Amino acid sequence: MKLHEYQAKELLARYGVPVPKGRVANTPDEAEAIAKELGSAVVVKAQAHTGGRGKGGGVKLAATPAEAKQAASEIIGMRLVTHQTGPQGLPVASVLVEEQLSIARELYLSVTIDNAAGMPIVIASAAGGMDIEQVAEESPEQIHRQAVHPTTGFMPFQARTLCFATGLDGDLTRPATALMTALVKAFEENDGSLVEINPLAVTTDGRLLAADAKFSIDDNADFRHQDLMAMRDTSQEDEREVEAHAAGIQNYVKLEGNIGCLVNGAGLAMATMDAIKFEGGQPANFLDIGTANSADAVVGALKIIGSDPDVKAVLVNIFGGLARTDIIAEGVVAAIREGFVTQPTVVRLAGTNVAEGLRILDESKLDLVRADGFAEAARKAVEAAG
Amino acid sequence: MAVLLNQDSRVVIQGFGAAGVREATTSRSYGTQVVAGVTPGRGGQVIEGFPIRNTVRQAVDEFQANVSLIFVPAAFAADAIVEAADAGVPVTICITEGIPPLDMVKVKAYLRGSGTTLIGPNCPGVISPSERARAGIMPVAVYLEGSVGVISRSGTLVYEAVDQLSRLGIGQSGSVGVGGDPIIGTTQREALELFENDPETAAVVMIGEIGGTAEQEAAEYIKQMSKPVVAFIAGATAPPGRRMGHAGAIIAGKAGTAQAKQTALMAAGATVVQSPSTIGLTMQQVLKERGLA
Repeated sequence: MKLHEYQAKELLARYGVPVPKGRVANTPDEAEAIAKELGSAVVVKAQAHTGGRGKGGGVKLAATPAEAKQAASEIIGMRLVTHQTGPQGLPVASVLVEEQLSIARELYLSVTIDNAAGMPIVIASAAGGMDIEQVAEESPEQIHRQAVHPTTGFMPFQARTLCFATGLDGDLTRPATALMTALVKAFEENDGSLVEINPLAVTTDGRLLAADAKFSIDDNADFRHQDLMAMRDTSQEDEREVEAHAAGIQNYVKLEGNIGCLVNGAGLAMATMDAIKFEGGQPANFLDIGTANSADAVVGALKIIGSDPDVKAVLVNIFGGLARTDIIAEGVVAAIREGFVTQPTVVRLAGTNVAEGLRILDESKLDLVRADGFAEAARKAVEAAG
Repeated sequence: MAVLLNQDSRVVIQGFGAAGVREATTSRSYGTQVVAGVTPGRGGQVIEGFPIRNTVRQAVDEFQANVSLIFVPAAFAADAIVEAADAGVPVTICITEGIPPLDMVKVKAYLRGSGTTLIGPNCPGVISPSERARAGIMPVAVYLEGSVGVISRSGTLVYEAVDQLSRLGIGQSGSVGVGGDPIIGTTQREALELFENDPETAAVVMIGEIGGTAEQEAAEYIKQMSKPVVAFIAGATAPPGRRMGHAGAIIAGKAGTAQAKQTALMAAGATVVQSPSTIGLTMQQVLKERGLA
């Protein structure tokens, strides 16, 4: 789950990470009031789960409270389109109103998990305010890393190493060390998958501040962060994905094509998409039904697939292990009988209880296209989608 | 011979709920010694003929369990893995999906230097057909005894590959599902090493996925292998930045793309399959070319 910038900053501030003065506003009047309260020139920033907000017109400077109100009225209610959002953009319901900073230097700082090392890793760079992947590609020597060992935690010498490597020396070393330590603590205690400060600003008056902040909580740890889950903003996510999530289907991703897919297992689901493309088609979604051993779960999933206006054909590809193909077959039959799926449907079943699964399909007398192997299933689905 | 499991494997199941009982029963019918289940508070009970104990230590002391198979829910799975390692179980296989990564960070650190090999989490387990030894959730009917080892991050793609092989009459020495999570116990590279050193294995199928760099690390090892490797990478058509079901399957940066992995594997001498439906056929051809069929 992703947090908005204002939520991330509130969370980080609780751990002692210095952030600019400011608050979130849901209306232009609130934005004006906050600007008045701050008593300085402000920046008004659209709250949406995307980078590149400035280029998309989602960040405006305001010298006076009246200007802040005007800026907020332009931003709140817009659909923010950036290079990350696609042409439909993301809705903006609030703005963060913050003191304008007089920035002398911009750095980069993040914590994520290094999967190969099996440890969190702190990444710092003197090249802040830029796309870090581009920096990593063009000048990898500018990227500095320190792994966080679970026994010792993040050690002060590691913070100092990053400080000296990025020019956070002199009076800045002490606050920067404290900031990095706080950042790692926030990451660990909240099961972060990524926390990123870009830019980390050094102001002309020598302050060190998180000028921007991103915080993503690992989805696997949702269960122990109910407080953070309350911050979830589903308006920032795909409607169908939210619906799938509410129906208990965690692994649904909306895609661009017209073949709806219901598959068990993430690998098989990806390979099914690959097979569809190999046969010249395009998948409308990724959906891993997992080991959901209830016909209801299958009906729920097919309801989401069937109601997608992009879907012209449905491909059910199941290789039962823990999942039982007979239960999947019951679900497929029920979903079609109840009218949730009206598109041509190709079914390929293999594995656990497959004889029983196929018998259920046969006895339903429904007009299903049956496929034996993987490639055949993909080919028939592509044909059916036209 | 086989990898990780053989006739002498004595399996204890941690988390003896519906799935645990069902898979224990399937493994027992297959010919595997499933010696006990562990469910705290239920010690002393017998479920479907399986004795239940409160702790893994008891199952080890009393039944000489030497393989643990874990089904406990994600929130408690890290505890279960460490309990198995603490009891000295040499092979621990974790089926559970959805363990928080920071829990796995601690587990990995604990296991370093311990005598326990962890397979998974979020995996289908391990099977050795010639030894009738199964610790996992895979459908046994698709397996055929033989000499091809199968390694995969994805469970269902193991079944798919095994099924394709078996339909062509190509049997398997075993399959190891390493798991779809970003932080796993045994990597694809380490699993390759197990099959390379297994006299029963003549060739290996390796099924990777987008995300991370584990396939590139495996490719480094393939360079020094004596046995041929047929590889497939799932997710060539997945959009970047989206997590495709498996927590580990997300393209972040160029190294995570299917293309980068395919290139590394080809350069290492593996035969890379483009379509997931031709894994079996490609292995058949490779075995013929190498005079192994």
